[in-house]
Amino acid sequence: MADPVLATHGLSKAFGALQASDAISLDLRAGEIHAVIGPNGAGKSTLIAQICGSLAPDAGRVEFLGRDVTQESTQARAARGLARTFQTSALAMEDTVLQNVLLGALGASGRPWRFFSRASRDAALRDRAEAALEAVGIADLCELRTAELSHGQRRQLEVAVALTLEPKVFVMDEPMAGLGQEGSKRLTGFLDGLRAQAPILLVEHDMDAVFALADRISVLVYGKVIATGSVAEIRRDPLVRDAYLGDEA
Amino acid sequence: MSRERLLNGALLLALILIPGWALYADEPFTITLATRAVIFALAAVGLNIALGLGGLVSLGHAVFFGIGGYAMGILASHAQSYTPLIEWPFVIEGTKSMPVIWLVAIVASSCAALLIGLLSLRTSGVYFIMITLAFGQMMYFFAISWPAYGGEDGLSIYVRNGFPGLNTLVPIQFYGLCLALLCLVLAFNARLMRSPFGLALDAARQVPERVRAVGLDPRRLQLVALVISGAITGLAGALFADLNRFVSPTMLSWQMSGEIMVFVIIGGVARLFGPVAGAGIYVLLEHLLGGVSEYWQIFLGLVLLMVVLFGKGGVVGMIAGRRRDG
Repeated sequence: MADPVLATHGLSKAFGALQASDAISLDLRAGEIHAVIGPNGAGKSTLIAQICGSLAPDAGRVEFLGRDVTQESTQARAARGLARTFQTSALAMEDTVLQNVLLGALGASGRPWRFFSRASRDAALRDRAEAALEAVGIADLCELRTAELSHGQRRQLEVAVALTLEPKVFVMDEPMAGLGQEGSKRLTGFLDGLRAQAPILLVEHDMDAVFALADRISVLVYGKVIATGSVAEIRRDPLVRDAYLGDEA
Repeated sequence: MSRERLLNGALLLALILIPGWALYADEPFTITLATRAVIFALAAVGLNIALGLGGLVSLGHAVFFGIGGYAMGILASHAQSYTPLIEWPFVIEGTKSMPVIWLVAIVASSCAALLIGLLSLRTSGVYFIMITLAFGQMMYFFAISWPAYGGEDGLSIYVRNGFPGLNTLVPIQFYGLCLALLCLVLAFNARLMRSPFGLALDAARQVPERVRAVGLDPRRLQLVALVISGAITGLAGALFADLNRFVSPTMLSWQMSGEIMVFVIIGGVARLFGPVAGAGIYVLLEHLLGGVSEYWQIFLGLVLLMVVLFGKGGVVGMIAGRRRDG
């Protein structure tokens, strides 16, 4: 088996008496979607924060492209090709849709120290930005202010910004949240194709989407991975049914 | 053409026409007032880059304003007394040349901004305000207690410094020089706002976590913004000292920092011509009401209150509506 693109080894983090991450080890291989599911408060967001570098673990390490990046900053990991989407959209609301994707393209270019040229007239930035908007299907909104977008459109823009990075890995924190059936179906179809571009670590509540997309699923309960396996294995797992899925599966 | 552009054009036209009007109406003092407004505007344009674009609420911009002022005072006072600044290991003479003084003012205030930024950008919000205020007070008391350059009394120079090809003692020529610098800096600011750097800085103010997630360091962006901001305000300080032919610790006081911030807020935070409108209104009120009552700042306070309560985006925002970029 090929080396995983992204892996955590024994990642632990406690907030006081609360063990938010308890020796979490999981990996993401090329071409796959690995979903992380779990009830509210299971520590999914804490896990993502540690993978992306906004939170330092108490113990354990994060490996990305075969390199230990545990000590690296968020921006250094992003520059290496780790793209994340946020659970609650983190977009520049005062700016236009185009400016938000331009920012992503600018970050990917690694050349922000230009004070005289016009960002919106930079052909390389613009091509990349527009391609990302087109890929998620919101190219027609590019001149709108982000604050004017609907919730669903913001979720799409969130994904588009990640696309501009042309990353090696996507880490997505509940991209379907609040999308509605139609929207999440469309996004599911889109993510299905995206895995060919880069593998996706997908934290998601929408079980239909997870079961449709995931190559593997890890179940997180009280900061611990209680099971990892294929969709079928997870559906059957009595421990998982008991802890999380209930009768839904 | 948008309303903001029309307003900006009108403001610029007014600044260009003022000297003509002053000569026509035989009120030459108006030119000095206008010079004061232009220099204040320049200082505030500097702050606006940190405050408006970068979201850095600095209550210490008098540091840069004062450093610019003292760059002028120190260099010119040495030149006028024919004593070198230092004699060892090499001789540095004073100078009466404005371009050299400006360069020194810009370099010195950017260095100060870099140092202050490195230390204060570890904090944010109220702590950032307090730490910039603290640096301001340190510089203020340092200037007061440094007898070599006048201490509390400040430094006077006899003759305004020179600029090649101009007679800076003629008010209208000095005014033209200051206005040209203001226009130059405004043009730079306009480009900066739309540049890749401006885009990243603006995003760093709104959503720093997003900026990190695309691989950029918001703190470094803000640090560079603060250095640019300090350099511009430092240049304004050198001009202000030259206008008055005098520099004193007052230029470093926290009231000065507050005034520069008031220019920006009255005029419109993050608006290109906000600082120009704000400084103009301030100098106008100071002149018109200052004669009526020495408590004229009560009225300034009322204006500030109205603007903050009813006009999001300052005077420019009230007239021109919401900011649009692109």
